[in-house]
Amino acid sequence: MPGKEGSKLSRRAWITTTSGVIAAGLVRSQSDAIKLVAQEAPTAGPDPTKVPGRLVSEVGRRAAAEQPRRLIRAEALSSSSRTPLADLMGTITPADLHFERHHAGIPDIKFEDHELLVHGMVDRPMVFKMSDLMRYPQVSRTHFLECSGNGGGIYNRERMPSEITVQAIDGLLSTSEWTGVPVSTILREVGVRRGASWILAEGGDSAVMSRSVPLDKVMDDGMLAYGQNGERIRPGQGYPVRLFLPGYEGNTNVKWLRRIEVTDRPTHTRDETSKYTDPLGDGTVRQFSLMMDAKSVITFPSYPYVLPDRGWWEIQGLAWSGRGRITKVEVSTDGGRRWVTAALQGPVLPKATVRFRHLFEWDGSETIILSRATDETGYVQPTIEQLWDARGPATSYHQNHQRAWKIASGGEVTFGLGDLV
Amino acid sequence: MTRVPSSIPLGRHLVAFRMVVVIGAAVLLGACGSSSGSVEADASVVGDLSGTPEGLPAHSPSRFDFGAEASDARVAMWDIDVRPDGVGLPAGSGTVAEGEQVYMIHCIACHGPTGIEGPNDRLVNSEQWDAFPRSRAIGNYWPYATTLYDYVRKAMPQLTPGILTHDQVYSVIAYVLYLNEIITADAVMDARSLPQVVMPARDKFVMDDRLGGVGPIR
Repeated sequence: MPGKEGSKLSRRAWITTTSGVIAAGLVRSQSDAIKLVAQEAPTAGPDPTKVPGRLVSEVGRRAAAEQPRRLIRAEALSSSSRTPLADLMGTITPADLHFERHHAGIPDIKFEDHELLVHGMVDRPMVFKMSDLMRYPQVSRTHFLECSGNGGGIYNRERMPSEITVQAIDGLLSTSEWTGVPVSTILREVGVRRGASWILAEGGDSAVMSRSVPLDKVMDDGMLAYGQNGERIRPGQGYPVRLFLPGYEGNTNVKWLRRIEVTDRPTHTRDETSKYTDPLGDGTVRQFSLMMDAKSVITFPSYPYVLPDRGWWEIQGLAWSGRGRITKVEVSTDGGRRWVTAALQGPVLPKATVRFRHLFEWDGSETIILSRATDETGYVQPTIEQLWDARGPATSYHQNHQRAWKIASGGEVTFGLGDLV
Repeated sequence: MTRVPSSIPLGRHLVAFRMVVVIGAAVLLGACGSSSGSVEADASVVGDLSGTPEGLPAHSPSRFDFGAEASDARVAMWDIDVRPDGVGLPAGSGTVAEGEQVYMIHCIACHGPTGIEGPNDRLVNSEQWDAFPRSRAIGNYWPYATTLYDYVRKAMPQLTPGILTHDQVYSVIAYVLYLNEIITADAVMDARSLPQVVMPARDKFVMDDRLGGVGPIR
């Protein structure tokens, strides 16, 4: 801790903590006083109870020492940045730390200029300005959003990394309260024609990123989201409006949404053919694998944390499923031999992250900790061997298998799946 | 694209939504009623713990009519996607030879002299695969040639998207298909021929066959 050494003591700390003692005649030398200060004033800064604080401001900011940062993959037009999962609490991701995946950068779009065209197999093709969309009855719901490429860096039989953070592995996951208008409300306005079964959603970025989505899904719980965590959605998340499909892979949640075409078949765009498809190792390629299967990750303790001593520690993490609610998270602290049910922090919302906790008494010996989630369909988060067996080695999406962290006897935490497979 | 008569009565969905709200409230009662004894079901509370989609209020009009009808011209201006059956392809045509010239100006910097070198996505790989591909490129992974038109027209070249004419897009697609050994050097690509190009990986693609959370892991 700064301030334990006399040389670092501020003048104010010296005066305020020692003056009374000096006056009482208990301190006879400067070194005595420094010892006293070291006990009584652990911080080097001014005593905040003795100086006036800052004034109110129009926009708040984080404490200077608290500066969580996204992890940027590459400075490129098509790139991503990952949410610092280990730095966060609860389930909501601060909007400025929500992960990003852009295919051609973030477009500059003016709220008042943006328009959404809805056409195709409809009675009345319509165009909506943002002021139109915002006038429709509104809904807010809390949901996770996860890129289906999340976790791709550890699906490797030959080179399993060990010095890798949960942010680098699984930071393409964030949770927000999203606000907008149900897609069903807008499709009711235009009148969907019989025979329609898909939509094409198209973005207004310079990749004109497009995805086909089953009509049933958008009618069920699809949303045109213009709000995120109480404010208007941020440019990196699709300002002024994005498609939000709870539980579906991130890429289908088309940002900067400018067009919905109602169709009777998928369009087979690049991002649903050459990307976001899964070669299964049996000569086939799985397409339109849109649902995000149940998954959990331990966020504490995780690399590069070092447990400073043995004793009681609370293992924490996040669990989520695209198919509904998480019903159970189990934790193992002995490499997967025994499992105990972790506590879930309510409310447990469907298609939303839930924080789980397990109080663990670490005896100081090397061990491996894991978590596995079960959702309301009964689906249990698989092992990596199960995914390898089912899908082969060549998939690069939907790697929702169990993760593991190894705790060394010195307390060092590293990614531990390589020790188990 | 195809106009089909008679609307789907979407009221079906609205009824379902209302039922869900009521069921959600009942679940709330069941889950919390015994412990607190004070939770009351209130069907007017939407977005409660049931988390289900919210229907419109019962007294909603049949249409709100916020927004404007889109003219045919407006739809035509923005309706730029291209489907495997060729719907959406514009008039125009392109050749392999013309495509090579387009490629050397607009594509080579990111995709390399022969479409293999990068630094961005590898475009060319005519080596086919049985179990799974070692690398994924147009010649061994893309199921439909029409996707090339949809994508190039919208997103390429990356720094100057939309700069290519229809003829140039057809041409550069012809050149890339030629490099992948899918069409011959004298082939001409247009709205009629492009959808007829059979891509080697076409029959490998299958719809998601996971089991909705039940059964074995797939």
